[in-house]
Amino acid sequence: MVACAPNSRGRLKVFIGMAAGVGKTYRMLLEGHAELDAGRDVVIGLLETHGRVDTVRVAEGLAILPRRRVRYREAVLEEMDLPAILSRAPELCLIDELAHTNPPGTEHAKRYEDIEAILDAGIDVLSSLNVQHLESLNDHITELSGVRVRETIPDAILGRADEVVLIDLTPEALLERLRAGKVYPAERIDAALNNFFKIENLSALREVALRQVAEEVGAKRLTTELVGSREESLAADAPQAVGERLLALVEPYPGAQRLVRRAWRSAQRLGAGLDLLWVRGPGKDLSDDEQRSLAALRQLASVLGANMLEEESDDLASAIVEVASRRGTTYILIGGSRPTRGLARLRTPLPQRLMQLLPGVDVRIVADRSQRPTGSSGEGV
Amino acid sequence: MSVALIVGVGCASALLGIAAGYWLPPHGRLPARNRIEPSRRILLPFTGQEISRRSFEAAVRLAKAENAIIMPAFLARVPLNLPLETALPVQCARGMPLLEAIEQRATSLGVPVDSRVGRGRSARDALRKLLEQEHFDRIIVSADEDPRAGLDYEDLRWMLDRVPAEIMIVRPAPQDTRRISIKAVKGHF
Repeated sequence: MVACAPNSRGRLKVFIGMAAGVGKTYRMLLEGHAELDAGRDVVIGLLETHGRVDTVRVAEGLAILPRRRVRYREAVLEEMDLPAILSRAPELCLIDELAHTNPPGTEHAKRYEDIEAILDAGIDVLSSLNVQHLESLNDHITELSGVRVRETIPDAILGRADEVVLIDLTPEALLERLRAGKVYPAERIDAALNNFFKIENLSALREVALRQVAEEVGAKRLTTELVGSREESLAADAPQAVGERLLALVEPYPGAQRLVRRAWRSAQRLGAGLDLLWVRGPGKDLSDDEQRSLAALRQLASVLGANMLEEESDDLASAIVEVASRRGTTYILIGGSRPTRGLARLRTPLPQRLMQLLPGVDVRIVADRSQRPTGSSGEGV
Repeated sequence: MSVALIVGVGCASALLGIAAGYWLPPHGRLPARNRIEPSRRILLPFTGQEISRRSFEAAVRLAKAENAIIMPAFLARVPLNLPLETALPVQCARGMPLLEAIEQRATSLGVPVDSRVGRGRSARDALRKLLEQEHFDRIIVSADEDPRAGLDYEDLRWMLDRVPAEIMIVRPAPQDTRRISIKAVKGHF
């Protein structure tokens, strides 16, 4: 880790993993030792060993700041001592469990806010985090695992980290560690195996963690490439897309659902966000059928986790361009256009207009595959 | 005189051609969205990754006979610890391909389709919410022998008691194992 210049903001490095027990704290402590050996002033601000022998052993040799006692209702809690860290002012501070919630009576509600204060004081920080604590992934992971995590942090905290390191372990290896008593004490192993630590949960969480870090790397690469380059001024004008963002153009008619499903599948594959846009003509009244189709589209968008946007304009292309620029769209999906009449045939078709007006944005015309002939009866048909 | 007549006829023909070009879409057919819409609506609810081939075929036969539209509906269950409005990407990853398969199959058989997605604490709750929002003339369900596959016998009884639509329950046929499943999706969906 490169030390920051005196009086500048500290650097944050986060070790992220799919679940408890993959070795985030262990790796954080190893890096602390490496920095200590390199001659830096390193202290542990907070360490949660969970009774793991290996973790306790590797922490030896690093200075640990004592915790402070905080009275909360009838209990006395031992919490990280933020004033002591700021007063001690080490070069590097190791702080476990970035997503922890502080009890009332401390300086901040959340530990990541404590870390912000420490970074502002010019102290570098190493910290650890499980992927299910990220706010944007919380619902998705709850649905995958059936376990709701209460302590979450805004994704922006991870986005602001100078370095994010994924600590990866196969689900099989993690379960082996769990059964060997290296993650939880013996009395908690069975409960853990029967609840959260199932192979399907861990596989899904691993995929989410890998994808998350890949997106972080992509976002940082994009930022690094743009800073100081000739494109800097252009970048300042346009919202920068972090990863892909899809925009599907819909209308309230039954066939639009097919387009939405196709767009959603593409978004899933790309790990991208999905917006649906309906451009409504000024003063246009909807028939009963159109109203039902619109309600069905809104419901579909909500279930899929897409954003349904509705704009009123008599210029379709301009409305699309405005929304795509605002949302940082990288990909537009449209259905087959209606046959045009009269002079309208002389106009430039919508896909070409979008290509001209939105350079750098891909435009895809989605075919109606339902019209293809299907095979004969058989399994799955 | 004859020259004036020829010019007049030519001009009239040109004007007629322009007018026809203006009003008619290419190839002289009406746009699909302007065709006469079927008036009856047949709901085909499901919860899993496949439905019985017999219930699908029954829906197609009825839709053709009654000039009806088939409305396959995927019923998603929201776990109790999540808000009802929550997105359900994992369940959708299972349900959307089957919606696509049913749409492709029905459309290729000449039957119009308009899909729906319902969401509730259970399959019945999702169906109830869907029925509160829209009217359906007929509902076709399969009395599947596996209650975990979706709507169970209690749900069917509830439908018969409470739902103001014609309910068609397709008898289980253990010897007929043909299903419409996500394997039927054509293309790269």
